[in-house]
Amino acid sequence: MSAFNAIGEEREIDRDEFTPGVEPQPTWCPGCGDFGVLKSLKQALPEVGKTPEEVLTVTGIGCSGKLNSYLDTYGFHTIHGRSLPVARAAKLANPELEVIAAGGDGDGYGIGGNHWIHTARENHDITYIVFNNEIFGLTKGQTSPTSPKGHKSKTQPSGSAKMPLRPLSMSLNAGASYVARTAAVNPNQAKEIIKEAIEHDGFAHVDFLTQCPTWNKDARQYVPYIDVQESDDYDFDVTDRREAAEMMHETEDVLNEGTVLTGRYYVDEDRPSYTEEKKAVGELPDEPLAERYFDDDAEWERSYDLLDRHK
Amino acid sequence: MSDDELIWRIAGGSGDGIDSTSQNFAKALMRSGLDIFTHRHYPSRIRGGHTYVEIRAADHEVQSRGDGYNFLLSLGDSFARNPQEEAFYGNEEIKPLSENLDELREGGIIVYDEGLISEEDVEAINLEERAEENNWHVFPIDLRSLAKEHGREVMRNTAGVGVTAALLDMELEHIENLMSDAMSDDILEANLEILHEAYEMTIEEYDFEHDLRAPEGTHETEQALLSGSNAIAYGAIDGGCRFISGYPMTPWTDVFTILSQNFPDMGGISEQVEDEIAAAALAVGASHAGVKAMSGSSGGGFALMSEPLGLAEMTETPLVLVESMRAGPSTGMPTKPEQGDLEFVLYTSQGDSSRVVFAPGTIEEAYEQTRLAFDIAWEYQIPTIIIYDQKLSGENTNVDVEFFDREPEPGLGTTLTEEELLEAAHDASGKFERFGYDDNEKNVSKRSLPGQKGGRYLATGNEHSPVGHISEDPDNRVYQMTRRIEKLDSIREELDEEHPSNQTYYGDETADYGIITWGSSHGAVAEAVERLNDDGHSVKGITVSDMMPFPEKEMTEFLESVDEAMVVEMNATAQFRGLIQKELGRFGEKLTSLLKYNGNPFEPAEVVEGYEVNVAEEEREPTAQVRIEPAAGD
Repeated sequence: MSAFNAIGEEREIDRDEFTPGVEPQPTWCPGCGDFGVLKSLKQALPEVGKTPEEVLTVTGIGCSGKLNSYLDTYGFHTIHGRSLPVARAAKLANPELEVIAAGGDGDGYGIGGNHWIHTARENHDITYIVFNNEIFGLTKGQTSPTSPKGHKSKTQPSGSAKMPLRPLSMSLNAGASYVARTAAVNPNQAKEIIKEAIEHDGFAHVDFLTQCPTWNKDARQYVPYIDVQESDDYDFDVTDRREAAEMMHETEDVLNEGTVLTGRYYVDEDRPSYTEEKKAVGELPDEPLAERYFDDDAEWERSYDLLDRHK
Repeated sequence: MSDDELIWRIAGGSGDGIDSTSQNFAKALMRSGLDIFTHRHYPSRIRGGHTYVEIRAADHEVQSRGDGYNFLLSLGDSFARNPQEEAFYGNEEIKPLSENLDELREGGIIVYDEGLISEEDVEAINLEERAEENNWHVFPIDLRSLAKEHGREVMRNTAGVGVTAALLDMELEHIENLMSDAMSDDILEANLEILHEAYEMTIEEYDFEHDLRAPEGTHETEQALLSGSNAIAYGAIDGGCRFISGYPMTPWTDVFTILSQNFPDMGGISEQVEDEIAAAALAVGASHAGVKAMSGSSGGGFALMSEPLGLAEMTETPLVLVESMRAGPSTGMPTKPEQGDLEFVLYTSQGDSSRVVFAPGTIEEAYEQTRLAFDIAWEYQIPTIIIYDQKLSGENTNVDVEFFDREPEPGLGTTLTEEELLEAAHDASGKFERFGYDDNEKNVSKRSLPGQKGGRYLATGNEHSPVGHISEDPDNRVYQMTRRIEKLDSIREELDEEHPSNQTYYGDETADYGIITWGSSHGAVAEAVERLNDDGHSVKGITVSDMMPFPEKEMTEFLESVDEAMVVEMNATAQFRGLIQKELGRFGEKLTSLLKYNGNPFEPAEVVEGYEVNVAEEEREPTAQVRIEPAAGD
């Protein structure tokens, strides 16, 4: 018998199951883009057949980090920038869990940048949603890694001298096998992209543009966006690294100039996920390791068997 | 200091095969029935430099490296020929001979490789004169040519072992057997040839005027030669650990390597990751998802782990970390032992953070307390830390094989099954009251795992309500905070009842002078106490392993029973003595400190001298590189 019966449970799932029945109400500001992420997840999860108890959402710190306070799944609200290493290990310990990591642009691209690169490199089978509002929200409006050059804030009063980081290109170069961008102001596309990301077998990075009405009124996320898949002007093959890279460059060049392009940029269905790679070299057991602790018949090897080499 | 023991030192350059040769020779001595203690000294260099391994072998229990040594096999440093004039590392071929002479006992034996160490160099260090003064017996032998003749130059180690066996009147049987186990066929034959040739040649060509012979001993039971790193890794395996994540750093790498090499075969997972923050965070994630997980590092890497450590404490995620100390601050001395991270490990992480900290002092304790660390971490849902040092990590001693013959303990402690979750408390929205108010036996609320039916909750590093929602409610805060802190009281009670042996007592029970130590300094102190009592003094000793929660009752009793006590530890700021005074709030006037922080561990003679200086009426400084810190108010 399985010790994790909520995993793979087959039944009709009501969207409301992902909403906590009692407190807390979101502390996000009215008009905040974070509501858009919450909504698209609540819509996507039942549609891909996930129950609240087989999903583990792992978040970092910031407004984005509170996502799993308002989304009723198993949740781990970790510390600033560290959602990915926690999420990675949970997936290795129990590959049958649906692991979704989320954080903000400061959290994920700044303090957690190192983890992001390595998680993409290893292609862990997790979905990573970055709430990108180009600003530190919860600490009240400081420049973030994605704030445009020249952006004025309390900590860079003369305007930022730094080029903004390019999250899509970074992720592609680091090895992510699914890279997309969507926006809170485009709920239909957002839901579809989140669904694809969850179903993708590998590291799926979604740069989710979320407007910050309180600290970043100038951000471009308010202007109309163009869906690159639906526009005839942008014809490219999402499975082709080079073409995807070129499109990402173009997108990231124009983001702060009034044109927001969203959509899927890169999908590699052929690259095995880290779980598969690790199994292939014999470093990951076939059955979820976490299950083994509940198996009364499991034979636990003991150190006594290793002593021969010391005699 | 008696010579009924052999302390054999093999010296050469890093990369000369000193380590593997000494491992085999130590095992051969063990198989002949002797008790073994090894000590490894090496520079932070891959090749070259002066490195040595000491093997102490006796027919009685040996707990430390001893004082000095009585047999030197000096191979010469084959990586030391520096072509560049005035290079920083210079020409060091003579170092394995010249740098070892100070500690060689009177009447000791020197074998050095004439093939590598030139006559002029030997003359330059006045070896002949010094040998005469100290009654050393010197055997210059061309080990290099002997090895080359039958195989390759690197086999001069084997030749050296052959010479040693001949000079000490040992049977070759155990050495031969070990070589057969450790070597592949293509090099075995050549090595055996060299071994015999060196042995025969020594017997034929030299007269033995020295008295030193290999002692004889008999073990009644089978023994295994293990390091502290082996013991910690094996304790983890038997404690049910099947997930390790880490980043390489000396000396922690040993434990990481041993587990990484064994886990694939036993269905475990090992991850080498981008940094130590990630390493500890991965262990937290794996533990949260239901696997007994461990991570660790040495001081510098452990510094990065203080974030995930606090997260584990706040979310009550069980976790075991190991911290293998080396000399600090900062990068310090990577290959040298020190006990300087105690306060750091006890108090790192923000807020009123608490954890359990064990400091094993012997190989057996390292195994035992690692097992215990897993039990406690999963029973009480608290991070547990094993703090030890480069010395314990790398020293090998023989342990009765039967000691390890016990069942593994893979239980997840206070983790509920799905059946049990059905009965557990839930809130109105169906969330499991993971951090509940009612179910708080021992201050521990039960936990669930992601994927379990009926166990949904939020784990957060913020203060939280029973189901895990972020909460700033004052009543809840006081409840949750108190419950987390008071876990330590419950753990102390359990330790007092079931594991009082974590503290080791020795010496004369009725003595009113006490010596206190912790961790790997145990062996040297225990031997010193024995020697002091043999010499007619009355001294008792205690080695403490429980650093947090502190064994208040035991320590109070010990300190009340003595007039004075000396705390022996390898650091410059008397950290453990500070802990005793902080925890007990008194006894400052009774406690002096004997401190050593030169990169080398204590030898028993230094502790004996520390005692003598402390109780002697005339004021004098100890002669060795140790420091005495007087009692408060003195």
